[in-house]
Amino acid sequence: MKSVSTETDKQRWKREVVEPGVKKAPERAIPFTTISGRPIDRLYTPDDLPGFDYQRDLNYPGEFPYTRGIHPTGYRGKLWTMRQFAGFGTPEETNDRYKTLLAAGGTGLSVAFDLPTLMGRDPDHELSLGEVGKCGVSIVSLADMERLFEGIALGDITTSMTINSPAPMIFAMYLVVAEKQGADWKKLSGTIQNDILKEFIAQKEYIYPPRESMRLITDIFAFCSKEVPRWNTVSVSGYHIREAGSTALQELAFTLRDGIEYVQYGIDAGLDVDDFAPRISFFFNSHSDFFEEIAKFRAARRLWAEVMRDHFGASGERSWKLRFHTQTAGVSLTAQQPYNNVVRTALQALAAVLGGTNSLHTNSLDEALALPTAEAATLALRTQQVIAYESGVTDTVDPLGGSYFLERLTLDMERGARDYFATIDRMGGMVEAIEEGYPQREVAEASYRFQQAVEKRDKIIVGVNDFVQEDEPRMPILYIDERTAEKQLARLEGLKRTRDNDAVRRSLDALREAARGRANTMYPLLDCVRAYATVGEMCDALRDVWGEYEEVPLI
Amino acid sequence: MRKIRVVIAKPGLDGHDRGAKVIARALRDAGMEVIYTGLRQTPEQVVAAALQEDADAIGLSILSGAHMHICPRVMELLKDKGLDDVLVMVGGIIPDVDIPKLQRAGIKGIFLPGTPMQDIVDFINSNVRPRVEQV
Repeated sequence: MKSVSTETDKQRWKREVVEPGVKKAPERAIPFTTISGRPIDRLYTPDDLPGFDYQRDLNYPGEFPYTRGIHPTGYRGKLWTMRQFAGFGTPEETNDRYKTLLAAGGTGLSVAFDLPTLMGRDPDHELSLGEVGKCGVSIVSLADMERLFEGIALGDITTSMTINSPAPMIFAMYLVVAEKQGADWKKLSGTIQNDILKEFIAQKEYIYPPRESMRLITDIFAFCSKEVPRWNTVSVSGYHIREAGSTALQELAFTLRDGIEYVQYGIDAGLDVDDFAPRISFFFNSHSDFFEEIAKFRAARRLWAEVMRDHFGASGERSWKLRFHTQTAGVSLTAQQPYNNVVRTALQALAAVLGGTNSLHTNSLDEALALPTAEAATLALRTQQVIAYESGVTDTVDPLGGSYFLERLTLDMERGARDYFATIDRMGGMVEAIEEGYPQREVAEASYRFQQAVEKRDKIIVGVNDFVQEDEPRMPILYIDERTAEKQLARLEGLKRTRDNDAVRRSLDALREAARGRANTMYPLLDCVRAYATVGEMCDALRDVWGEYEEVPLI
Repeated sequence: MRKIRVVIAKPGLDGHDRGAKVIARALRDAGMEVIYTGLRQTPEQVVAAALQEDADAIGLSILSGAHMHICPRVMELLKDKGLDDVLVMVGGIIPDVDIPKLQRAGIKGIFLPGTPMQDIVDFINSNVRPRVEQV
């Protein structure tokens, strides 16, 4: 038994005030946990933050370890970039959507590619059946990339491209379009996702085995530090890990550990850490558990700063600062009562802003049903604008900093992530952990646990397992028909008739040669693109040399 | 008694396998024998797995919009192999307008996002073909 004299003030309050009170009015009989399963206390006080040190743990915005943000003035200077992910059908249809988004006040583009493009297959491959233009825009060759950005000056905007295994091919296409527009590569800015590790962990859009895939990424690091210095070479993504069902902590830990792996591979490839680390950015999910998400973002900045300075010995502040994009949680959207998704998305977006995101995509209300309509996509953008211009949360930096609850959560996130780092380090690194299936298993377990909590109604999802409504009215959705596939197939056929096929063959041979040796693959890829080689042809050339990765299915 | 055997498959190019894996585990926990094919299976491969595993049911997980190509193809191949009595279900993002078309193609269960796992377990238990027990 504890004596009364060592009792903290919080324990006294619990004994004197809470316990008599709950006898009369009990707390709700639910597990008080975050959506990730972390237990939550009824109250947080200074007693929950023993040894908390403002200078060490928070410090000022713009100062190490950047817990309160990387910009000294937060959003008082520049708001986050409102970057809406979009792409469907033909390049022309997506080009129209981009012009609509830019006209509505969007401040950057973000390209969604269809599955054949993402998997490095041309529309005439057997696995492309039914997939062309469905989940994104179909890009087959440079000609499609020219159509996609027709009338949009690449020197004046920033573009984010969600592309991973074929990232070098698509990036090369973007560079050649920019070149043809007369834009200077040295001034081009944007992002390629180019994060293969999370593909093995979660989204599964891999082509080549892990080590060969890492070679492509270090080739891009080296190429960009010389040729396109303002380009963000990898967007280390927790988003997909979370969508696959991980907890917030797993998202944070695996993503940052992936980031560490990229930095280590870059250093091992002979690059100077301060030459490429500043161009590594991050991409997180913002899920429904408000405070847990904010804690995750703040912990991410602190962890990265400490890892870069203390573990890698990076000397530039730009290498220490974690910059990130956020997307609200697609997995949280429900097909039932879809208008509720507007509210979910608004809260998730608010969490991202309070966590100091540098750019944001808000999902549309109809995304559990289909790709968004133009109206739904506009409403999603308006949600960001209401937060930015009406809510007042942008007027002061890190307005929740110092909340006992939030600081406790932030510290625990950081500690939990370090425990995961240690486990993965013991396995030899993230590539090795992935080869052993470790993060994959962790995510599958968490995903199943959450689904069971929903089934047992320990977690309520409005409109799904409570407050259910029969006979819901149907909402209009975007329906992608087969015309895209027909059009892209016809174009592919035409392209192969009209281009210089000898030049294509020579460029693909040169690419294979580079892949067999150690030369940087980006230069031969640029030549393939200029010769109008297709995404499928370029990816196949590397398949010839490196083979394909196949995962062991586990449930 | 023989356990109900279910093939869970991810056809097409999509790699989003959370749903397929969660369902596979739920069916296994409900006492079924579950064979998960892994990713990127052609309709031919799915049907070959069903034949080889002597499956009572097939669950297809499709979120990419390719269902109108994949589902009818799977049904056609099952018919060719004389496996018409295998219960076929699809789960994923399926627009309303496609539901009657899929039903006409012979897909018996269509499960949209948010379907409780227990509903799927119950559906299989009550719709799977009756088995002639071996003596």
